[in-house]
Amino acid sequence: MSEIANSIFTPETAARFDRLVTLYPVKRSALVPMLLYAQDEVGYVSDAVVTEIAQRLDLMELDVRNVLSYYSMLRTKPAGKYNVQVCTNISCMLRGGYEILDHCRHKLGIGHKEVTADKLFSLEEVECIGACCWAPAMQVNYDFHDNLTTVKVDEILETYRAGKGKDVK
Amino acid sequence: MPTLVSHPDEVKVISRRFGQGAADIDKYIELDGYKAVQKAISQGENMAAWIIDTMKASGLRGRGGAGFPTGMKWSFVPKQSEKPKYVLVNGDESEPGTCKDHVIFLHDPHAVIEGTMIAGLAIGAKMGFIYLRGEYRYLLKIMEKAVADAYAKGFLGKNIFGSGLDFDIVTQSGAGAYEVGEESALMESLEGKRGVPRIKPPFPAVVGLYGGPTVINNAETIASAPHILLMGGEAYAKLGSERNGGTRLFGISGHVERPGVYELPMGYNLKKAIYDVAGGIKDGKKLKAVVPGGSSCPVLLPEEIDVGLDFDQMGKAGTMLGSGGIVVLDETVSIVEFALRTIAFYQHESCGWCIPCREGTDWIKKTLTRVYNGGGSKKDVANVQYLAENMMGRTFCPLGDAAAMPTLGFVKKFRKEFEDYIEGHKAGTPIITVEQLVGAH
Repeated sequence: MSEIANSIFTPETAARFDRLVTLYPVKRSALVPMLLYAQDEVGYVSDAVVTEIAQRLDLMELDVRNVLSYYSMLRTKPAGKYNVQVCTNISCMLRGGYEILDHCRHKLGIGHKEVTADKLFSLEEVECIGACCWAPAMQVNYDFHDNLTTVKVDEILETYRAGKGKDVK
Repeated sequence: MPTLVSHPDEVKVISRRFGQGAADIDKYIELDGYKAVQKAISQGENMAAWIIDTMKASGLRGRGGAGFPTGMKWSFVPKQSEKPKYVLVNGDESEPGTCKDHVIFLHDPHAVIEGTMIAGLAIGAKMGFIYLRGEYRYLLKIMEKAVADAYAKGFLGKNIFGSGLDFDIVTQSGAGAYEVGEESALMESLEGKRGVPRIKPPFPAVVGLYGGPTVINNAETIASAPHILLMGGEAYAKLGSERNGGTRLFGISGHVERPGVYELPMGYNLKKAIYDVAGGIKDGKKLKAVVPGGSSCPVLLPEEIDVGLDFDQMGKAGTMLGSGGIVVLDETVSIVEFALRTIAFYQHESCGWCIPCREGTDWIKKTLTRVYNGGGSKKDVANVQYLAENMMGRTFCPLGDAAAMPTLGFVKKFRKEFEDYIEGHKAGTPIITVEQLVGAH
């Protein structure tokens, strides 16, 4: 049972959070994963998310915001349903990461950290995602796509647009 | 999904279960899984000493980058402690050019679990944490399932393998911060704080997670432990070179014909690794430079790559083995652009706690950006070198060095290219805007 009377999260997520805090010697350790899971559900770390997580962990909201502002995968504004993250770090850069990023910009009509008008896609240029040997690579939400070509990118985006993409969360 | 590669020169120890479905616990058991931990337990009272002696004999050195001998690290943990001891597996693999742990989590997650248990038994810990970078969410799911399966079989939890000892494992996710790969920053992050480094001493072996003695090892190091206990320390050591036991996973990326993660003996020739194992330079082009062990390692010129891939030989060659992420650059690469992209990463990832790193990376990035856009002067090259030299050894954690070392390598070895570039772009026409080039913020 959740300690929070009016949770903003689904019962599944609330139950997951209840379990998370019991795993660690110190409750606060659950903070980073909780922020990520909350973001997956809500779409971003909203003020309400910060308030509830602070309550769940007996922290000040300031403590939560302090951590929130540090990690690059946590965001305080909504992204698209599918967040396209293109890696342009060295290994990807050498194998055409910037061409892939430019292609996505052109194809989606948006720039870095922007969202399409239909809110379906957002685009981010990111640092290394650990797919160096299969470069160039990108992540859509948490789903890896590697050995990219512009043709492959078109197919991938189309798959998501048609609602058939794998959505790893 | 990462594709597996192979080459006849590979010596498969840690990768021997790759591609065989070992993420499934029954398959893992069929392939000698969880035998090493049972072998350790069967040593009875001598268990901890036997594990540590075997690890010392193996000559295994940390696979995260620093190359500290693992057996010695485990032996530093005090035997008696009022506070609980912990094992922390560093799977926050974020060094550009490095993707080897990715393959371990994907293909052999139970080896990480078994290795964590072994480290725990060696130091007398009852709890282990496996921390994966946030970007590896699909791998975290694989790890979570593997841990759940191990609990279901009774391998984890109370009285493991009838030893009377308890061991629990918690899998944890980060949220995107290169700095968290540094061990004390990793502990901060696991404790639910900003991932900034702690001042040392005290070292984690004495005061670590939650104030208790803690062993922190890279995921590949931990996953090597079960193999070492099964084959024996001496046998493992013999696979490698002097003072560099065993094999390791090398990720070869960039301009090669067959990029991928290969397991090669320590001391394997770098030139052979690039030309034979990875198939040589892509499209028959000429080699220009090699970053041999992840983005923080100083660059090597083509005439410098006839060198053995181990911690000592790479050190002698004026660079580092680092995380084993070999990045190969062909003749078409602009070193000015490459150096800028490298420093842009470190500027982005600096936690900002100490001034030499925060200001140094930013200043170098701004200077190189101006150079790249055609507004540079020859003095800029000297300035960049001056800045990097003043960052070295002056920061709380190694990130400052990690940014300075490659920068120094680029400006020293490719000074003429920087100067020619500046000369050739005197007209000052920007080729690309700053936002386009370093927009990852």
